[in-house]
Amino acid sequence: MNTQTFKRGVHPPDGKKYTNEKPIDILMPKEGALLAFPMSQHIGAPCSPIVQKGERVLLGQKIAESDAFMSSPIHSSISGTVKDIKPVLTPSGAMVNAIIIENDAKLEEDPSLGKDTNIEGISRQKILDKIKNAGIVGLGGAGFPTHVKLNPPADKKIDSIIVNAAECEPYLTTDHRVLLEKTERVVKGLEIMLMLHPDAKGYIAIEVNKPDAIEALEKAVASKSKISVIALKTKYPQGSEKQLIYAVTKREVPSGALPADAGCIVDNVDTVLAIERAVVKDRPLMRRIVTLSGDAVKNPGNYQVRIGMSFRELIEMTGGFSEEPRKIIAGGPMMGQAIFSIDVPIIKTSSAILAFTEKAAALPPERNCIRCGKCIGACPMGLMPATLNSDILANDMAAFEANHGLDCIECGSCSYICPAKRHLAQTIRATKRAVMAAKRKK
Amino acid sequence: MENLKLLVSSTPHIRSNDSIEKIMGDVLIALAPASIMGIYFFGFKALLLMIISMASCVLFEAGYQKLTKQPVTVTDLSALVTGLLLALNLPVSSPVWLPIVGGFFAIVVAKQVFGGLGQNFINPALAARAFLVASYPTLTTGGAFTQTAKGVIGIDGISAATPLAQIAESKDILTVSSSDFVNAIFGNIGGTIGETCAVALILGGIYLIVRKVISWKIPVSYILTVLILTSIFKYTGIAPNRLPLYEIFTGGLMLGAFFMATDYASSPVTPVGQIIMGIGCGLITTLIRIFGGYPEGVSYSILLMNLCVPLIDRYTKPKIFGEVKKNA
Repeated sequence: MNTQTFKRGVHPPDGKKYTNEKPIDILMPKEGALLAFPMSQHIGAPCSPIVQKGERVLLGQKIAESDAFMSSPIHSSISGTVKDIKPVLTPSGAMVNAIIIENDAKLEEDPSLGKDTNIEGISRQKILDKIKNAGIVGLGGAGFPTHVKLNPPADKKIDSIIVNAAECEPYLTTDHRVLLEKTERVVKGLEIMLMLHPDAKGYIAIEVNKPDAIEALEKAVASKSKISVIALKTKYPQGSEKQLIYAVTKREVPSGALPADAGCIVDNVDTVLAIERAVVKDRPLMRRIVTLSGDAVKNPGNYQVRIGMSFRELIEMTGGFSEEPRKIIAGGPMMGQAIFSIDVPIIKTSSAILAFTEKAAALPPERNCIRCGKCIGACPMGLMPATLNSDILANDMAAFEANHGLDCIECGSCSYICPAKRHLAQTIRATKRAVMAAKRKK
Repeated sequence: MENLKLLVSSTPHIRSNDSIEKIMGDVLIALAPASIMGIYFFGFKALLLMIISMASCVLFEAGYQKLTKQPVTVTDLSALVTGLLLALNLPVSSPVWLPIVGGFFAIVVAKQVFGGLGQNFINPALAARAFLVASYPTLTTGGAFTQTAKGVIGIDGISAATPLAQIAESKDILTVSSSDFVNAIFGNIGGTIGETCAVALILGGIYLIVRKVISWKIPVSYILTVLILTSIFKYTGIAPNRLPLYEIFTGGLMLGAFFMATDYASSPVTPVGQIIMGIGCGLITTLIRIFGGYPEGVSYSILLMNLCVPLIDRYTKPKIFGEVKKNA
């Protein structure tokens, strides 16, 4: 098969065999379970609660919103009673103000749901409003408000809309399962996005390690002249936005610029499905699909869960741990966050929960750089990670910037490949934060 | 599930199986054919020199690290690689104390005082060889090479130190018979223990390239530069007595190109830089071989290029993804 890709990158063991044949299983929270809805589950301004303690809320009812342009409202994913509004621990490790709702298990729907399902001749503005009101953000992990992404400034001409189905993070299989089980709906979601940009072409870009999904998609788009399926080489970080745009269009998003500057919009598979549900079925974002995997998990699989459920409830409902976990990751093993407590809610951007045993979690000691240059051969951005690392150790921030440290996409390929196990991505990320903070101060 | 003791660390959470030990182990494996051929052609004494050299490098490294209260890192196998390379760079006639002196210079002076593995700015084994050549010229050059176990010496069986010395000293254009060629390729010629068997060295080099330990860039650009430049000098009449194709299989070129010029710490990390390194080494090697006082130029060419590495790396930084030109 003719495949497209980006330059450099790495090939970590993909760990997908544990879950890629497990159909999506729907898990509903138990009666009496407490669900937490943090006010910030996206990039941009946090929301403010519009419900009060003691109030009864319905499934799909908007419970928090913000006036800011760059924000996204939050909906209750169950019906029940608001127990409290207080800061809770989130997967990122930060305490964030959250609405706590006790589930009454009645699933009583807000009357506004599913009312407006006619999409014949729907206006551009109405599509955007529906997406905004449904609280859709990038579900791949970044949490960028989707209505903002779909509506770039007028001077940015969009000619390519890319569905990111690369799923290059090891262990993650949710996109794969969605594409297999809800193929037509993903294609419909892309068609809705194309209605916003009538001159654009649609691409579904997918790594060749998912041949069954490629086959299903090719069948589904056979009659659609504006949509094509692009087979990508299996390589990490193929799903990184800039690398994906390059693989599909051979365009480089300029340093410091956004995909729209290269005429592209990229959205993750689950996000496109959420767009379809919001526009065609008139239902807000209330659930997401999570891969539960890792060698410490009893029943690895792909689970459709209610946003707001705790990690603990999901893990317990699936049978718990098979062995004592030593490390639990929210997200994939390359870019996900290690968490210190499973009493955190599943939020819009929680793509996976991975639990690893002591053996799998062990980190090798850091040693001298031997100047093998493997990190340079791996960096998808063409940076010199070892050089940046030595700039950092010499506390030379000017050299760090001159060597394009701020262009790092934090994919972790350099640390992965390093035979001396140096903390390359880790130090570069921390220094990026420090340099950017210092710039804001000026 | 109550009291989980969870490890929190920065991403990425998985690491490749690659390690310094595996890389150094691969270099030792790649050097095995040349070492075995060295023992075959030069006898038991060659093996003895290798063992003494490797043992002294490991002991000097451990001793220095103990003395300076650093963690002892000899298990990373890098001292063994240096020791073996040093032995392969010595004539079999060397006295047994010579690799000990060389090992001290390689490990302590060239490597450890600059910070150990990855910090040495010149190749330790080559630095030691240069030190020994300068300090004990009679033991390491010219007549030192006349002893070989198999008794086969140079072109047409003429007694000379090495084929390169023979070419340098000869006024006439020597004719290379096909058996001379076979002798040069399989290593049945004069030279240091490890440099004579070109086939074994190329085999080891290919192994390193396939295993992605080294890139093809330095060895290929190095060897090609020597071949092309020597041909240019020959056919323009500047050095008509040179034998370009024969010469790339003689002297230290194969050993230097695959195993010495590619030393991580003392070679460029950038792809373009590695080509420049290869071309630079090839240029200096050819100039020394044709115009220099030594018949052989590999060691000094690599050492000289080692000194240029920081400069090369600085000016050959790869273009980054999405790089925006200033003032564009």
